[in-house]
Amino acid sequence: MSSSSSDDDDRIPFSRRPEWSDVRPVPQDDGPHPIVPIAYRDDFRETMDYFRAVYIADERSRRALDLTTEAIGMNPGNYTVWHFRRLVLEALNVDLHEERDFINQIAIRNSKNYQIWHHRRWVAENLGPEAADKELEFTKSILALDAKNYHAWSHRQWILLSLGGWEKELDYCCKLLEDDIFNNSAWNQRYFVITKSPVLGGLQAMRDSEVSYTVEAILANPQNESPWRYLRGLYKGDTDLLVSDNQVSDVCLKVLKTNLNYTFALSLLLDLLSYGFQPSDELKTVIEALRKTEPDSSDANLATTICSLLETVDPMRSNYWAWRKNNLPFQVC
Amino acid sequence: MGDLEAEKHVKYILSVEKKDDFESLVLEHLRMNGAYWGLTTLDLLHKLDAVDPDEVVSWMMECYHQDCGGFGGNIGHDPHLLYTLSAVQILALFDRLDVLDIEKVSDYVAGLLNEDGSFSGDIWGETDTRFSYCAICCLSILHRLDKIDVEKAVSYIVSCKNLDGGFGSIPGGESHAGQIFCCVGALAITGSLHHVDKDLLGWWLCERQCKDGGLNGRPEKLADVCYSWWVLSSLIMIDRVHWIDKDKLTRFILNCQDRENGGISDRPDNAVDVFHTYFGVAGLSLMEYPGLKSIDPAYALPVDVVNRIFFGK
Repeated sequence: MSSSSSDDDDRIPFSRRPEWSDVRPVPQDDGPHPIVPIAYRDDFRETMDYFRAVYIADERSRRALDLTTEAIGMNPGNYTVWHFRRLVLEALNVDLHEERDFINQIAIRNSKNYQIWHHRRWVAENLGPEAADKELEFTKSILALDAKNYHAWSHRQWILLSLGGWEKELDYCCKLLEDDIFNNSAWNQRYFVITKSPVLGGLQAMRDSEVSYTVEAILANPQNESPWRYLRGLYKGDTDLLVSDNQVSDVCLKVLKTNLNYTFALSLLLDLLSYGFQPSDELKTVIEALRKTEPDSSDANLATTICSLLETVDPMRSNYWAWRKNNLPFQVC
Repeated sequence: MGDLEAEKHVKYILSVEKKDDFESLVLEHLRMNGAYWGLTTLDLLHKLDAVDPDEVVSWMMECYHQDCGGFGGNIGHDPHLLYTLSAVQILALFDRLDVLDIEKVSDYVAGLLNEDGSFSGDIWGETDTRFSYCAICCLSILHRLDKIDVEKAVSYIVSCKNLDGGFGSIPGGESHAGQIFCCVGALAITGSLHHVDKDLLGWWLCERQCKDGGLNGRPEKLADVCYSWWVLSSLIMIDRVHWIDKDKLTRFILNCQDRENGGISDRPDNAVDVFHTYFGVAGLSLMEYPGLKSIDPAYALPVDVVNRIFFGK
């Protein structure tokens, strides 16, 4: 995380570097009573004092660039250093491929740092469409360490939309979901690809195969929130379609019959009923069998029974399920 | 259960430890945010008077860029929306908004609106719905929302709405409680909450509550105290907060305290920081924990401060 002690031993203070002898460092002006004072390490203090000097002088030189490298190494969150670095890079007309290599080196240790991601995007924008492959590779390497890194996913989506590279994206989502079927970010990306990729047929064309894929995922881990949401998403708010596709009610029934982890199955079924779904006798029987207590006189129909069940099996959200019970569409009651 | 270590948290915030380690170094550039978190927490604990407003304001004005109207994260730092909002919020806490050149500051903020209705954080162009919130909240406090095309800004936010009812940082971005707070907050401030499917989003949000009573920010992630704010304030703004188990959440937050030295951490037994201390206390305030000032869920400022801004002294 911070520089190792051997780096500290090797580091020559700026005050002893001949190439910096002409510069007078500018100390931090905290004012007389700093309100959130922070104790500094001497080398950090010195580096920032020299940075301030070149920043105020607006010196856009090679040594200034190297100085920003050191400052970033100590505090990659310092956005002013990054700004100035960009100005220097532009002024020196530096080959941005080199800059990309620099970011590669520091990004792994700082994968949630907004400044680094933004800087990466700036570099990629300047390099143009030829950068797409390397950018996808880069986000892949970050996601290999943390497959839910929000910055990496935002960056990846931006690359696809502005630079392209859609061809292998669905495969990539498949692979990530193989690694961790609970990865909500990968499910979200899958949806992004299905709906936006110019090389697939669009949601309608992909729906059947996606439903099969999702049903399999649900059956493997019915307590997994993501595929249930993904399944709903495949019908894109078309409740008639959701209700009429047997695969949807079938997966609910299958999960309910296992008598395990059926909370999401119940809630999807509740929604189906609210949209006018007509339950089979088999479904009604299975629900009845899940009831552990005597039927409440108010549980006049399947939907209210399901609400009562949910209040019991998901007590944390009992207020929500009680509200659902009191707000069922008239036709369902 | 009544054991919020209020005094310890006040002490923690006031007497910031002078630790000479890497963790403390990395906060230098966002001191403005740190000050907002610390000061707002003090106010919620009725201890804002422990700080001298003149000292704070004079430091803040050294972070102000006269040429453009924005605030930096600290002295010598470039202006940015994030720090401009925090600065305006701090001034509101102290009722010192009069020190601002309001036209200049609001022009700076309004100038960051892009063609597509998104906001950039600064001249370098990073866009994120976080910045939509910062801009709209800031302009609203300054009574200058009319400087932007509100409809355009709102329609961009709506374009970031996902099928699960949540919002991401960009259109198509994964629903995330932090981004949801920003979008719902911005929509609340601009009177545009009719764009939110409150039942659908309310359900997504209440599903964030984990077995340990804490809240996570996305499906299948761990609970973190900061989501006590992002999720809770969103639920309150859409009037669905009764869908979570408040007792369990309260217990989770209280378990994240450092009862010896003060401060609150992201989850039990981790290191504390000002960020999580603020979000923990703010979350408790939203749940009307006794002894705390009420906090406004959209402006993230005490209710009496917001009333002062909009209804005068």
